[in-house]
Amino acid sequence: MKNIGLYLHIPFCKSKCPYCDFYSFSGKDTEKDAYTQVLKERILSSISTLQRKGDTLYIGGGTPSALGAENLQILVETCKSDFLTDDAEITVECNPHGLNEDFFKTLYNCGVNRISLGLQSAVDSERRTLGRLSARNQVEIAVKTAQKIGFENITLDVMLGIPNQTEKSLNETLNFCLSLGVPHISAYMLKLEENTFFYKNKHKYNFPDDDLTADLYLQMCETLESKGIIQYEISNFAKAGFESRHNLKYWHCEEYLGLGPSAHSFLDGKRFYYDRDFESFMNGNSPIQDGMGGDFTEYAMLNLRLVEGLNEEKVFERFGHNIPQEIYDKSQIFIDNGYMTKTENGIALTRKGFLISNSILAEIL
Amino acid sequence: MQKKDNIRNFSIIAHIDHGKSTLADRLLELTETVAKRDMTEQLLDNMDLERERGITIKAHAVKLDYKAKDGNTYELNLIDTPGHVDFNYEVSRSLAACEGAVLIIDASQGVEAQTLANTYLALDHDLELVPVINKIDLPAADPDRVANEVEEVIGLSCDEAPRVSAKTGQNIEAVLESIVDLVPPPENRDDEPLRALVFDSVYDSYKGVIVYVRVMDGKIKPGDTMRMMATGAEFNVVEVGYMRPNAMEPQKELTSGEVGYITASIKTVSDARVGDTVTTAENPASEALAGYRKVNPMVFCGVYPADGADYENLREALEKLQLNDAALSFEPETSGALGFGFRCGFLGLLHLEIIQERLEREYNLDLVTTIPSVIYKVHLTNGEIIEIDNPSHYPDPANIDYCEEPTVDAHIYAPPEYIGAIMNLCQDRRGVYMNTTHLASDRVDIHYILPLNEIIYDFFDVLKSRTRGYASFDYEMSDYQRSSIIKLDVLLNGDIIDALSFMIHSEKAYAKARRIAEKLKDNIPRQMFEIPIQMAIGGKVIARETVKAMRKDVLAKCYGGDITRKKKLLEKQKEGKKRMRHFGTVEVPQEAFMAVLKLDDE
Repeated sequence: MKNIGLYLHIPFCKSKCPYCDFYSFSGKDTEKDAYTQVLKERILSSISTLQRKGDTLYIGGGTPSALGAENLQILVETCKSDFLTDDAEITVECNPHGLNEDFFKTLYNCGVNRISLGLQSAVDSERRTLGRLSARNQVEIAVKTAQKIGFENITLDVMLGIPNQTEKSLNETLNFCLSLGVPHISAYMLKLEENTFFYKNKHKYNFPDDDLTADLYLQMCETLESKGIIQYEISNFAKAGFESRHNLKYWHCEEYLGLGPSAHSFLDGKRFYYDRDFESFMNGNSPIQDGMGGDFTEYAMLNLRLVEGLNEEKVFERFGHNIPQEIYDKSQIFIDNGYMTKTENGIALTRKGFLISNSILAEIL
Repeated sequence: MQKKDNIRNFSIIAHIDHGKSTLADRLLELTETVAKRDMTEQLLDNMDLERERGITIKAHAVKLDYKAKDGNTYELNLIDTPGHVDFNYEVSRSLAACEGAVLIIDASQGVEAQTLANTYLALDHDLELVPVINKIDLPAADPDRVANEVEEVIGLSCDEAPRVSAKTGQNIEAVLESIVDLVPPPENRDDEPLRALVFDSVYDSYKGVIVYVRVMDGKIKPGDTMRMMATGAEFNVVEVGYMRPNAMEPQKELTSGEVGYITASIKTVSDARVGDTVTTAENPASEALAGYRKVNPMVFCGVYPADGADYENLREALEKLQLNDAALSFEPETSGALGFGFRCGFLGLLHLEIIQERLEREYNLDLVTTIPSVIYKVHLTNGEIIEIDNPSHYPDPANIDYCEEPTVDAHIYAPPEYIGAIMNLCQDRRGVYMNTTHLASDRVDIHYILPLNEIIYDFFDVLKSRTRGYASFDYEMSDYQRSSIIKLDVLLNGDIIDALSFMIHSEKAYAKARRIAEKLKDNIPRQMFEIPIQMAIGGKVIARETVKAMRKDVLAKCYGGDITRKKKLLEKQKEGKKRMRHFGTVEVPQEAFMAVLKLDDE
């Protein structure tokens, strides 16, 4: 049996960012402690029924750091005993706001080996627009503190498509990341999700249009590549060996268990998720079944997010057949026009193709 | 000649929004023809569409029993008329079935264009007018001024005119009394051979066509053999009776002066067309009632199902609508761009829109319609004349000697301050000015001959907006006139999109071509490849735009393992592609067709 990934959702945030539609709320300290205990019990019971090992743990949110170092330690240690492999990748998402040396020390000592920090932008005016609570130099201090404690594998989140963003301001952000020497960057193009502040007030902001956002994206890919931070997924860039092992499980259509309100799972061919409701999770409600997953279309859709793309051998290994000829046929026009490329043993999207990947996937799958 | 003293046949005429349907409702209520609890607003407007648009599309008739102050009970037949120029002919037939008309005037707005147009129409039919001043409950109401205006403009005394509020029900009884007093009773002509005027007919799936008639002469009863004098078709009368708002009330017979219905297992309304005369085979009348004409469609367009699988459903729906609408015509048509569909003929653009909406709502069909066209007469160099209502049948320009297009005789009624705006609009639309008549100090009649194809798109809407709603407009078909008509083609990615081709006057082609190209550019979503849009006359490109290639359509984040969401998005996107029209590699959404269709002049 292959090892799985474990995702823990921490639904607490100090405040809601205007672009975010992930499940979160501010939460009282008592709620956070109670949540930690419920989550711990849920982890233990899941481990005992699953009889599987995990080689990645990802604590995301919300804002996991809002839970406090002690609670995070409880969760990590719960997972480590009896479930995680020794070489497991253990990531914790942190909001740089108000993190001190003790915080990182606690995480480091309990075995966390990867820190994800939500930078979004290194330009303070953009940070304010995005509702970030800290200034650029606080992020800098947080990264340096983590590095001092011993964290090498640090990833920063960068955002494209921020109101008033320009090539120049994006470069400033990228240079900031590069100057800190982090080995991984996730760069997401802002999508206006319904029910967010940005969506409801979109006419009040000067969002870069699709053309500019696409230009920013291509510029960023090149800038990072020239500094040895290589793209491996639509929105992810890393120095060799620092690719996110947990996220690769999603894109390789591998198995993972998600615990916490709104967390999704894929196990034994089944997809299921917990309701976006804190009380419901605290009351021990079962997850909601979400049908079967892992068919070829899904597999292809996910793998084509990766620079490596679809690979004949891997497809054959998993499904016992080749990549259907029809897909090659339908891809030809995209290959001819530089949206896709024929790889050594399969097909993949180019950067230009990533930018319109929804349309391409709808066309070829 | 003896009179049938207890019968009054009348219709209600008014400018739009002056309260016609509301007054009809109050009359029904007051005569207890319907219980108050059964009242829905505007009961006579049966279709949702009529209620929503506030226009009566079909004629409706209802019999009211009214016990008047003189102690007698009267049989009042109210015949409601459609309210739009597209249905002028139906209006004239409804009026021909009456002896009088209640003329409603809004107590604040006074005489409006349609008040006048309808008054003249009623006077043409020798109807006795019963003026009623409505909406006296409004703060801006000025019944004295309006009464003077009616006397001055129409020459109709308003001294005795009831002043009412149909909305609150105030003084409605006075309207009924005026009807009894002023509208002449019909003559008793029971002994003549039967002549009954068809003023409407509707299809009922149980009884077949229900023919609404006003019996002018003679009698008709079940068992008679009825004969339609225009078509010669004969049917066995199954049932006759009166119309009540919620039910039909069978009778032994209908006699002269009465308004009622006949059923005779008639299969389609085209067998009992509006305006035709019903007589009996046993004792036929020698002459039909005057005024029948077969209503011909004047505006044509292609109607296609958005999903080709709905073709048969569309055919069935059109057949059903046609059962009830003799003016609707359709025949199968194939388009390279849109697949299988129908070429449909309509009375006008409103009629087109109504049919389209009914198909979409009542039959749940998703439709694509092409640009409407009129019938052009194309004179070929070999002397032959062909009639073209479909641009794709347009002959090679090399074989064309010249074209003729239909014109209309149009009257626009408006306050004099809008003369300039109206004349500009009509000049724009290639109108030929005839004259201006001053009807009153604040009302003129501007008379133009206009090409029909210039008014079928949006003329009425533009007229309304340029005159802040004050103008109204009425037209009749006039003759064909020689004109420089050419066919304009739309090319996407180099391919002609036949469904978007249309015919237009050569002088207007350039401006229109540019606007359509722009509209298409705005309405065709960016696709994976650049799409050139070209507008061409016989191979010569006169306008060009480009839809740039799409740059961004990506789900940047893969939501913490929520793959289902991404998968649903993919499915949705695939589904969306199906709803698009494919032209080679180009996908055109329905909205793009609509945008071209609704191209406005402002």
